[in-house]
Amino acid sequence: MSTGIANTAARLTRPLSRGGSRRAGTRIPLIVTAVLLVAMFTVGSLRYDGFFSTQVVLNLLIDNAFLLVVAVGATFVILTGGIDLSVGSMVALSTMITASLVEHQGWSLGAVIPLVLAIGASGGALMGWIIHTFEIQPFIVTLAGMFLARGLCYTISTESITIDDPTTVSIAQARLYGSGGLFVSVSVIIALVVLLIAFVVLHHTRFGRGVYALGGNETSARLMGLPVGSTKVAVYAISGLCSALGGVLMTFYMLSGYALHAMGMELDAIAATVIGGTLLTGGSGFVLGTALGVLVLGMIQTVINFQGTLSSWWTRIVIGGLLLVFIVLQRLMTGRRAETD
Amino acid sequence: MTTPSTPADPAGTAPAGAAAGAGADQGAGRGTGAGPDTGTRQPVLEATGIRKQFPGVLALDQVALRLYPGEVHALMGENGAGKSTLIKVLTGVHPADDGTLLVDGAPRSFADPLQAQQAGISTVYQEVNLCPNISVAENILIGREPRRFGLVHWSALKRRAAELLTELDLDLDVSTPLGSHSLAVQQLVAIVRAVDLSAKVLVLDEPTSSLDREEVAQLFTLVRRLRDRGVAILFVTHFLDQVFELCDRVTILRNGRLEGEYPIGELTPVTLVQRMIGGELATLDELSEKAQEEAAERVAGEPFLTARELGRAGSVEPYDLDVHAGEVIGLAGLLGSGRTEAARLLFGADTADSGRVTVEGRTVSLRTPRHAIARKIAFCSENRKAEGIFGELTIRENIILALQAARGWTRPLSRTKQDALTRRWIEALDIRPADPEAQLRNLSGGNQQKVLLARWLLTEPRLLILDEPTRGIDVGAKAEIQKLVARLAADGTAVLFISAELEEVLRLSHRVAVLRDHRMVATLVNDDGVTPDRILATIATGADS
Ligand SMILES: Nc1ncnc2c1ncn2[C@@H]1O[C@H](COP(=O)(O)OP(=O)(O)OP(=O)(O)O)[C@@H](O)[C@H]1O
Ligand SMILES: [Mg+2]
Repeated sequence: MSTGIANTAARLTRPLSRGGSRRAGTRIPLIVTAVLLVAMFTVGSLRYDGFFSTQVVLNLLIDNAFLLVVAVGATFVILTGGIDLSVGSMVALSTMITASLVEHQGWSLGAVIPLVLAIGASGGALMGWIIHTFEIQPFIVTLAGMFLARGLCYTISTESITIDDPTTVSIAQARLYGSGGLFVSVSVIIALVVLLIAFVVLHHTRFGRGVYALGGNETSARLMGLPVGSTKVAVYAISGLCSALGGVLMTFYMLSGYALHAMGMELDAIAATVIGGTLLTGGSGFVLGTALGVLVLGMIQTVINFQGTLSSWWTRIVIGGLLLVFIVLQRLMTGRRAETD
Repeated sequence: MTTPSTPADPAGTAPAGAAAGAGADQGAGRGTGAGPDTGTRQPVLEATGIRKQFPGVLALDQVALRLYPGEVHALMGENGAGKSTLIKVLTGVHPADDGTLLVDGAPRSFADPLQAQQAGISTVYQEVNLCPNISVAENILIGREPRRFGLVHWSALKRRAAELLTELDLDLDVSTPLGSHSLAVQQLVAIVRAVDLSAKVLVLDEPTSSLDREEVAQLFTLVRRLRDRGVAILFVTHFLDQVFELCDRVTILRNGRLEGEYPIGELTPVTLVQRMIGGELATLDELSEKAQEEAAERVAGEPFLTARELGRAGSVEPYDLDVHAGEVIGLAGLLGSGRTEAARLLFGADTADSGRVTVEGRTVSLRTPRHAIARKIAFCSENRKAEGIFGELTIRENIILALQAARGWTRPLSRTKQDALTRRWIEALDIRPADPEAQLRNLSGGNQQKVLLARWLLTEPRLLILDEPTRGIDVGAKAEIQKLVARLAADGTAVLFISAELEEVLRLSHRVAVLRDHRMVATLVNDDGVTPDRILATIATGADS
């Protein structure tokens, strides 16, 4: 044959079509989210007095630190192609346990927080184990987890437990000041550290890459000799851990524990993840995008607060609309990809 | 029949009579077993008495396999004979119901593929089993990425992956997602991954089915190099010539039983096929003569479909094509030459951005497959895993899918009708198991392919586009499918036939369109003058000489 090896290689390696843009393709939702965030901030600044300030942005973080932590955990699960509906209830349960142990039992925070985190992580791990071992839809298992955790809240107390413990209050109200009088809360620092760790784990460790592979194709991942079972258990454990930590942060934020805290937060976490560019089908996305998604949700809330005349239900309506747009966007992206393959 | 050296029973423990009984009931001679070099050495892998029962199917019964260091060993058998199942049982994907496995003489059993890998058995399973969403480099090395300070060392990872790819003369951008590459490249990447595991046993389940001649040649070079290094290679294929070219010994399975183990020198292609199917193979010679005789007459008259300047940027350059009723047009060309892409435009699977198409003289727009299906055009995809089969559905549901879609969901097919149609095609194509309610993902690769074919045949298309319809199909069934294509054409169906096997293209086609570098360079009437060599020359030079 007269075509040489070099030719074969050249021929085979030519992308099927328009290859260059494909990698950028997965980033498009992320870019859209970033643009959206900037646009909302610009419009807000033009329309409302006092909107255009760095502190408004920092307040977004202060008000949404717990959501950021929870959404980071949800991102791990969603990247594997799973879903965790129990996170909101887990947050509520964590606020209840923290508040009741600190207020009623007089435990120190140093003992309560590790306990709560351990409960969250092991609860998540248990759900992951059930999902993997019995091959049950994550949707169903975590739905059961959601009811269970919410129910457990009421066994602790049906009332809201307000925290007066001086240490807790002082931590909650502590502000870390930077130049120009700008400040953030302790929770913001914790949330950002969690985000950073998640980023390193997902993009730079074997475990993290296994999460992506699992989301790409579970059967393949197994046949490639990846530890599919333990990865699955681990992502749900991480999600549980993050929601427990989110619960602790929420306890600080609210200074109370209550069974009705964080109602529907699982949906906010999922929405933030999706708006941040992670595919619900798994295998593609960025945890930093999730942070952007959280900021977008917070920004919508802020705009509506500044507007003043709109009821807070409008937040939900706008998030719903936005989510729809992003899911359609994802569909278009993946549809295009399939077509060119 | 049960000689002392009969491989099915090296230790004298397995009831070899039972193993051989069903397989050899035609009285076909058994192999004398181990070749001269295998007598004294210890097999690196030795399985005996392997049994695997799936619900309703006894997939393996008393199967034995021996692999020696430094040999290439072929595992042969018809579609559904149990080849892939044997591989999966040996590598821990499925638990065995019975049997023993010795690795380097020590009894082993693997609970999952990872354990098999760790024991030095590296496997490329039948369908490409990699993750499309992550990069080529990661697919090659995931699970054993080079690390620094506990974190993935990305530059070393990419460098290592690129190095490994050059062993197969592939020069890819290793940071592109695997899914953006063709099936052939994915197949090669899977092989590269397996090879890097520096295993003592390398198992390749139909690695060549989506590869072209040159890639096959490169793969063989690699396999020989590994063999010389002392690796034992188990090789599954339906291409007989590849077996005779590459392999030292052959194990044949028939209906889930061991038929025998032979040094390659004891077999001829004819005896090999006889042992696989337990009978004679129908000859196909008359097909090609007929195709050539009829070539002129089929091409006459008004075309069913014409394409003018039809193209799509970055995929195929504009081409012209006339397709007549009753005509078989072969599309020849190397992998990546645009064969599939050209056909996809006619089905609306990709949207053309230039040119026009007429069907029966009327200009039509084929923007989506629905438009094409409405014009009675059918397309049987080469990438059955991604675009064709629905593994969770049954054979019946998979088969009636296209017909139901063509009728519209408001006119459902009655269940009796569905059953009748399904049964007819299961019989016509000899799909096994012949159970309409079997789940498709449980079928062997070749049988899945047949189901896909049945789905489109059922719609009684006027133009049937077959993209690699015989991929992964055994010799007997391949002949059946070729005959079927000839019969369809005789009944007036136009067929666009894409295959990497030139012999097959020439045997069936009345005309052959040759593609090179995404361009249609020639359309040849398949008369006496057209030979595989002439087509290869056309591909190489870009013009008919
Ligand atoms: N998971 C499963 N569940 C039920 N039956 C199965 C399963 N996997 C395979 N089978 C059945 O076992 C038999 C052997 O299948 P196998 O895939 O091993 O065939 P094969 O020899 O590899 O064929 P091919 O050449 O078509 O790839 C077939 O009848 C198939 O339907
Ligand atoms: Mg097989």
